[in-house]
Amino acid sequence: MQAGAPTDTTAPAAEPPGQQRAAVPVWRRVLRLFIYQRELTPVVITVGLFAYFTIRAGSNFTDSLSLSSAAGYAGPIGAIAVGEVLLLVLAEIDLSAGQVFLFAPWVEYWLHNAGLPVAVAIFLALAACCGVGAINGLITVRLNVPSFVTTLATNFILFGLVLIYSNMTQATPIPLSASTGFSSKLMGAWLWSEILWVVAITIVVQMVLTRTRFGVRIVATGGNLLGAAEAGIPVRRVKVWAFVLCSFLAGLVGIVDAVKYGSLDPGNFGVDYILYAVGACVIGGTALTGGRGTVIGAFVGAILIGILEDGLTLIGVSTNDFYVWVGVVIIFAMALNGQFDRLIARSRET
Amino acid sequence: MSTQPAEPMPPGPSSVEHALEVRGLTKRFGALVVLRGIDLVLRQGEVLGLVGDNGAGKSTLVKILCGFQQQDGGEVIVGGEPVRFHSVQAARAHGIETVYQDLALIPQLPVYLNLFLGHELTKLGPLRFLDKQAMRKLARQYLDEIKVRVPSLEAEAEQLSGGQRQAVAVARAVRAAPKILLLDEPLAAMGARESRLIIDLVKDLASSGRVSIIVIDHNYAHLFELCDRINVMQGGRITTDQPVHETSLEGLTELMVSNFRRELDDLSNAGA
Ligand SMILES: Nc1ncnc2c1ncn2[C@@H]1O[C@H](COP(=O)(O)OP(=O)(O)OP(=O)(O)O)[C@@H](O)[C@H]1O
Ligand SMILES: [Mg+2]
Repeated sequence: MQAGAPTDTTAPAAEPPGQQRAAVPVWRRVLRLFIYQRELTPVVITVGLFAYFTIRAGSNFTDSLSLSSAAGYAGPIGAIAVGEVLLLVLAEIDLSAGQVFLFAPWVEYWLHNAGLPVAVAIFLALAACCGVGAINGLITVRLNVPSFVTTLATNFILFGLVLIYSNMTQATPIPLSASTGFSSKLMGAWLWSEILWVVAITIVVQMVLTRTRFGVRIVATGGNLLGAAEAGIPVRRVKVWAFVLCSFLAGLVGIVDAVKYGSLDPGNFGVDYILYAVGACVIGGTALTGGRGTVIGAFVGAILIGILEDGLTLIGVSTNDFYVWVGVVIIFAMALNGQFDRLIARSRET
Repeated sequence: MSTQPAEPMPPGPSSVEHALEVRGLTKRFGALVVLRGIDLVLRQGEVLGLVGDNGAGKSTLVKILCGFQQQDGGEVIVGGEPVRFHSVQAARAHGIETVYQDLALIPQLPVYLNLFLGHELTKLGPLRFLDKQAMRKLARQYLDEIKVRVPSLEAEAEQLSGGQRQAVAVARAVRAAPKILLLDEPLAAMGARESRLIIDLVKDLASSGRVSIIVIDHNYAHLFELCDRINVMQGGRITTDQPVHETSLEGLTELMVSNFRRELDDLSNAGA
């Protein structure tokens, strides 16, 4: 890197200075593209899996029932992963988001049973989710508890609350799930509405992270906590709001998911979702080191997991194999990202 | 005001309005008492050099003045008005900008965003979308103006050399048009060219008379060139306050070294 080179705004971000532009072989250019667009690798793997399952299972895999079930696996994971990315960029984690996802429809169900209109019940349930996020955030920043611990605790608390107040019995029908009107279709009764919600929040949150002041402050806080605070960024407030947003998104799609299935099972445990969601973030190219992350990648990671689960089931492989494959993909993605980081570092040294 | 003779702190409320005045400032970290009663005056338009051994508490003083940390006791008076800053933003509102010893840059953010960190330009009202275009344009204009060179505005701070990072940090503080500028070792990692640049920049600012500057540096040659006055910090207090023209490089070095010798003696006495 030439120290003292004149200011040059024309170089695109993806191009580390100090490399000749001319005569770069194609494979190097492709490699560079993959290094700087981390979402590309999981996209390629996903497309590869899609092709593989299409060849193996044919129209069984590509018909809309199968694809919607892949989307059904991917939806909850994606919704949670998208919010989780913000926390991973902040070098924090939210282990309770999965339980919030399950908790929100219960609150809605209880409030509706207590006589409130559906819309109000949904609104209050989402407010409760935001409250959980705020508690997660405030305990973490005020009492200086690692968020791993804070959110582990809230996860158990929410799980317990659901068990207590549900009397350990399933709830059905969920408000909206029994009707066929537009609002019920929008809120999950239509096969594809959940995944469309997830697509929408992916786009919105990606914009938040890369285009807004809040996003740049998340990156700053996660990248250099002390420095960001010294520069006058209210780092604690940024963290609390990120926890709130993560819980809100999980709760929102949780309600949609409940309408889709039409019943609630108090025995569902949120950590199952969280582990997949963090896996999706990692597969998508977000490290757990803070300061960097991609929302789109997390979404792609969720889709990848969904296709894997659906495809393996269809070609008759036991679900036990699915876990092995998820593990392999996570390690592969992590190792690949590590290699990419090393390549970037090396290209900067020359 | 700056023609006033440099005598030790006048007792009681001062008749002249100083840019910044510090009285009896104390700060401790647990059992460690770092500041034991700092008295200091920064006159309007002056450059004040602050020297002291490693760990003397210079950075701590700066962090209190800029609102990043809070003092335990004593008062800070800015432009004649007693203030107590509870945040960096509050100090900023009084025109105080800081270059921290650790620079406070974000490795993962591009140069232009680092330049606007903490006062990002936004558009679309309450949505607070970043106005990246405006920030790029202003950043480029501004860096050119003060002749700071970086490989690219898009380069992440991580990719910059130590000196380039320092230049960006200084540029960020100066860009905000401060009334009071606190520079904590702004030249530490800089080569000759960049040092020259920053020294000239600071001199320019000071000669305009609108900016009053405190600069910390372990390089006395830099301080002698930059400063109107030099304060020495020892044992949590300001022990020497001299105009630069009454101070010699040898004298200052001797003062610091003799103090060090005395400490060594104390230590060996304590050990004996
Ligand atoms: N946040 C903190 N917590 C505990 N101790 C601290 C903290 N900040 C500073 N100190 C201690 O206060 C003392 C003064 O530190 P400070 O950074 O102000 O020194 P300095 O004069 O700037 O030194 P240098 O010339 O090395 O930069 C040191 O002994 C340091 O260990
Ligand atoms: Mg210091």
